[in-house]
Amino acid sequence: MSDSASTNSPLAYRIVIGLEVHVQLKTETKLFCRCSTRFGQSPNTQVCPVCLGLPGSLPVLNLHAIELAARAGEALHCELASFTKWDRKNYFYPDLPKGYQTSQFDLPICVGGYLDIPIRVPSDNAADAATLSENMVKRIRLVRAHLEEDAGKSMHDERAGRADTRIDLNRAGTPLLEIVSEPDLSSAEEAKDYLTELRLIMVYLGISDGNMQEGSLRADANVNLHIERDGKTIPTPIVEIKNLNSFRSVERAIDYEVERQYREFLRTGLAMGQSPKQTRGWDDVLGQTDLQREKEEAADYRYFPCPDLVPVQLTEQQREAAKHESQFTPDRYRNVLLHTHAVKETDAEILIQQGRDVVDYFLEMVRAGATPKRASAWMLQDVLRHLNDQRVPIDRYPIAAPKLAELLMAIEQGKVDTSQAKQALAKILDDPSIGVAAAIESLGIVRVDVSEMETLCRELLAENPDVVDKVKAGNTKAVAALVGQAKKRNRNADPRVLQEICLKMIASM
Amino acid sequence: MGITTNEIQRVASLAKLRVEQSDVGELSSQLSKVLDLVNQLAEVDTDGVEPMVHAFELSNVLAIDHALASLPRGEVLMNAPSHDEECFRVPPVMG
Ligand SMILES: [Zn+2]
Repeated sequence: MSDSASTNSPLAYRIVIGLEVHVQLKTETKLFCRCSTRFGQSPNTQVCPVCLGLPGSLPVLNLHAIELAARAGEALHCELASFTKWDRKNYFYPDLPKGYQTSQFDLPICVGGYLDIPIRVPSDNAADAATLSENMVKRIRLVRAHLEEDAGKSMHDERAGRADTRIDLNRAGTPLLEIVSEPDLSSAEEAKDYLTELRLIMVYLGISDGNMQEGSLRADANVNLHIERDGKTIPTPIVEIKNLNSFRSVERAIDYEVERQYREFLRTGLAMGQSPKQTRGWDDVLGQTDLQREKEEAADYRYFPCPDLVPVQLTEQQREAAKHESQFTPDRYRNVLLHTHAVKETDAEILIQQGRDVVDYFLEMVRAGATPKRASAWMLQDVLRHLNDQRVPIDRYPIAAPKLAELLMAIEQGKVDTSQAKQALAKILDDPSIGVAAAIESLGIVRVDVSEMETLCRELLAENPDVVDKVKAGNTKAVAALVGQAKKRNRNADPRVLQEICLKMIASM
Repeated sequence: MGITTNEIQRVASLAKLRVEQSDVGELSSQLSKVLDLVNQLAEVDTDGVEPMVHAFELSNVLAIDHALASLPRGEVLMNAPSHDEECFRVPPVMG
């Protein structure tokens, strides 16, 4: 930097971030009409007079959108409003035919609440600046969550000689839940963690498909710095970054904006209130934020109550249903994996991030008798790898959870060792119609005769008097050393049978 | 109650209306009269009256989430000043 101010020692600062996340709800139809919300359909084929804002058309609220919003509110520990209403947010844009967006202003459906994210602690490892601390969470408070309708899509016509914009209204009116956090986030990583967990909750609870490529989750970030100078804390002007629709862009945009605001402060010295609030758009290709507009005043939208829509009062039944349906959060599954089944934290997190179906598959294996430790190892090494290679979801994995559990139990019972089990797995994947027993049999594992094993045990006992003494003294576990040696001499010998024979022989010695 | 010429210009720009400078004076006095009329409501004693959010004392008008047919695309586009086979066309929009 050539700037003279920056030649001084760098100033300490704290990063302050609040996120507004728009979650597209998983409804079949739009918020105020019964046009389909299906993604990727031919332009303007999911449009009706309500979508177009034609005179005489009247909106009717989608019941399921209310149910999903209430479910989200319960999961995020919000207070569900007893009375919620609709307001018009007025602005002009070609993708908004009515000239206003129907939203909620002063009486949103969800108030307050919070979301816990893992605490990051500074690490010595230069490669990753922060690591996750164990079992500690940072609570991010929420301001509110309200329902509103999405706008249509504007597309710039790339064909030569045509400079106008094309408008597709298929998306116009799709229900969104806007979840607004307090400015409690203090790094780009925390913002990403918050968004990751929020998305996971929405997907686990069936509130949204969470598909970021299709725009089902979009974030705006309000970012500024609290800079320490001459013993005073000076907040920089708040910048709202729009158009963040991937985890990576959230992280990159915030990192970029922090740098930019710091340099800007050194250059101008302007603090909050000394320049208008800015809206900047994130350009993913150039990796920078660009000035969109300066917000002179907040009242531009001239909100007023929508006369076309009557208020909503959640019934007791709807509240109970929301409470019930919001139980199966990722955090609840996390607890089951970590505390009921003692799955290693990093392994548990990989399973959790894969989604509820994957965790359910694991739990089904455990219920069927597989040990959690072996089940999680096989999930990570075999099942997930297969899904990843084949690019299919878990419900298309050719082997049902109880069947895979049966194979793992065969290892436990000493019928096969791990590498034989992997061969059996490969055979079943090749032909899912064959059973576990048949797959093991087809490996041609030689069953060792009992008299052969007795001879082997007798030899080992003679060679290892120390083990015999230990077992006689009550330490029956010491026999494991003999089983290990026996397997080396005859790899087909069943370790359980070996152990039984050895213990019996020692007892009669 | 007066409405200033600055306010006329601001409201016009929010509503995307072009207002000639020569008309601002007349608009200002006309809109002031409208505001005066509505402001009579402020004289009513509303102490102890719950604010209402809607003219109808009705709530929970809801529809089941089942898709119905949308309009044929031809009808969606037919009233637009400009369109192609699939989309509405509007003058270029920046950011
Ligand atoms: Zn519609």
